[in-house]
Amino acid sequence: MAGLTLRGIRKTFGDTAVLNDIDLDIADGEFLTLVGPSGCGKSTLLRIIAGLESQDSGSVSIGGTSVDHLRPHERRIAMVFQNYALYPHMSVFDNIALPLTMTRLNLFERLPLMRHLSLRRRRIMNEIAREVRAVAEQLRIESFFHRRPGQLSGGQRQRVALGRAMVRHPQAFLMDEPLSNLDAKLRVHMRGELTELHARLGATMIYVTHDQIEAMTMSDRLAVMDHGDILQLGTPADVYERPATTAVAQFIGSPAINLFQARVGPGGQVELLGRTLPIEVRNAPTPELTVGVRPEAMRIGGGPCAVTCRFRRRENLGSECILHFDLVASPEVAVLCRVDNGIPIPEGEVPLAFEPRDCHVFDNNGRRIEVESRNAAGRDLRRASEVR
Amino acid sequence: MNTVAAQVTPLDAVPPAGGQRWVERFAGLGFAAPAFILLVLTNLAPLAALAFLSFTNYELGALDFSFVGFKNFGAALQDPVIRRSVTNTLLYVAIVVPGGVLLSLLVAILIHQRKRTRSLYEVIYFLPVTSTLIAMATMWQFLLHPTLGLINQALKGLGFAETAFLSEPRLVIPTLAAIGIWQLVGFNMVLFLAGLSAIPRDLYEAVDIDGASHPIDRFLKVTWPMLGPTTMFVTVTTFITAFKIFDTVTVMTRGGPGGASEVLLYAIYLEGFQYFHMSYAATLTLVFLAFTLVFSVLQTFILDRRVHY
Repeated sequence: MAGLTLRGIRKTFGDTAVLNDIDLDIADGEFLTLVGPSGCGKSTLLRIIAGLESQDSGSVSIGGTSVDHLRPHERRIAMVFQNYALYPHMSVFDNIALPLTMTRLNLFERLPLMRHLSLRRRRIMNEIAREVRAVAEQLRIESFFHRRPGQLSGGQRQRVALGRAMVRHPQAFLMDEPLSNLDAKLRVHMRGELTELHARLGATMIYVTHDQIEAMTMSDRLAVMDHGDILQLGTPADVYERPATTAVAQFIGSPAINLFQARVGPGGQVELLGRTLPIEVRNAPTPELTVGVRPEAMRIGGGPCAVTCRFRRRENLGSECILHFDLVASPEVAVLCRVDNGIPIPEGEVPLAFEPRDCHVFDNNGRRIEVESRNAAGRDLRRASEVR
Repeated sequence: MNTVAAQVTPLDAVPPAGGQRWVERFAGLGFAAPAFILLVLTNLAPLAALAFLSFTNYELGALDFSFVGFKNFGAALQDPVIRRSVTNTLLYVAIVVPGGVLLSLLVAILIHQRKRTRSLYEVIYFLPVTSTLIAMATMWQFLLHPTLGLINQALKGLGFAETAFLSEPRLVIPTLAAIGIWQLVGFNMVLFLAGLSAIPRDLYEAVDIDGASHPIDRFLKVTWPMLGPTTMFVTVTTFITAFKIFDTVTVMTRGGPGGASEVLLYAIYLEGFQYFHMSYAATLTLVFLAFTLVFSVLQTFILDRRVHY
């Protein structure tokens, strides 16, 4: 196991810049997720780490040594592919054993027919078989050792792909959307298994996904990427509670965050739809602001922080439901509110309230602005009621 | 509870009333009829006529004929020309099938990686397929001419003895086989190229990460097994094409020298259209069909189990 360091990674395909100057440090034993919409460069970054793609500039080091000049297998990393990339003509056992036979047998011993001539080969193959069995036991796949991948279910193939990665005791595991081909139920299950596997192996894992739930539930840290940049790097809690940009705020959290156009009023007060909120910003670069409030932070009812909305429809999630509204002041803005299923369904125009501490404020470039003097709620409350 | 439920017939599975069922059955037969009639007229009826002829002594233009049982088959077994033809054909097939398959695989792998020049090479290798073999055979005959031919001139220039490729009995079938391969490679190459494009790229990447970066390993672990179905198809079609060797023999050697290049189809042609022994030609055709059928079926059954995963 080892940590990884990326410095100044750039990559362009033709005229399109795919990665812009990526710096990233991944600690030994860390589970780091690269998450972002399709085309954000996360897979390319993973493939550069694996050595399947070469960067235009910058360097990759694993365990403190640069691997830029090394071929993929010399980097001693393992990769799990989205489509598993199992060898369809080989049994499960041979699939898992392949990385070991490739490194431990010489070319002559690997050739068909020739291999029966080598005595050394038998000894090495026995050793390999023992190691393959040990890995298979951990993943509970010994029972279909002699089947071919085509005869396995998606979840079983997934395990075999993991086994092929584990058997080499790699310095790091690279996973490229490994769960996206599974059905929803199995995906949830494998999510748990991967997390447990990570805990048990203590391995460095770099995991690429476009699914923010996978990113949130599995990672030690996640790197939210878009257009070839890392927008934010932090723990799941960090990224959720303090999104660095509107793009991150919109990407992480489901349903997506509500965003409202706002302004900086006199004295740094935030004005939202003609109402002054009990929040102040200092050093806002521009008077235009965006205020974000997560659907789970909204509730039906009035208050100092509230917007008037018209009810449209309700989505039932079982224990909770998502209420869809339009903003009365500008009906093209949809407002979502996530509430317990028990509450009565509103009708017509209703106020939706939220707490000042649940507001995320961004400048007009989408960058987060730290909100100050939140504790002045008392004074602000009074002023807010005067305005009303 | 379960058994009761199982006995209840779902509403839409209720069979239609008697009259309606007959209408549906006839409509179905009506739709199938054109294809069936065409199949009978173009394939099955000629085959039946062929089989029928092979048990008679009919000759083209004869006013009547009689049944002779298996006499034609017995004659074929005794006929030295037929024996020679079968041996020569099998020898030709034994050279053309491995040569035509492996060479086209090699060419396909070589040009598959080319980006800009790939289509150029594709056209070049495919040219022999588009040209008529009769015309090309004339060209080959000229090229192979013992004194005037370009190939012999080149050989002489390199210090080799003059070689009469088409009049040396030991060389004539290998020479024809080389021409056959030359004609087939382009077509097989296109099939292999299609097979190569269908190999998922991530298999090569997986094998790269797993340590099989030597080209031989990549070929043995990914390319060759993944090309299994294509290889099977190419082998069977090459086999059938090779078995039908006719035009080069007709144009270039006419079975010579001294019967060294007599092949099955050419023998059939001579019997049927030169000597007008229609019944005998029919017998030989039946033998020819049996050969191709048996070999194709064998190959398909043996290979099919090994190439589909």
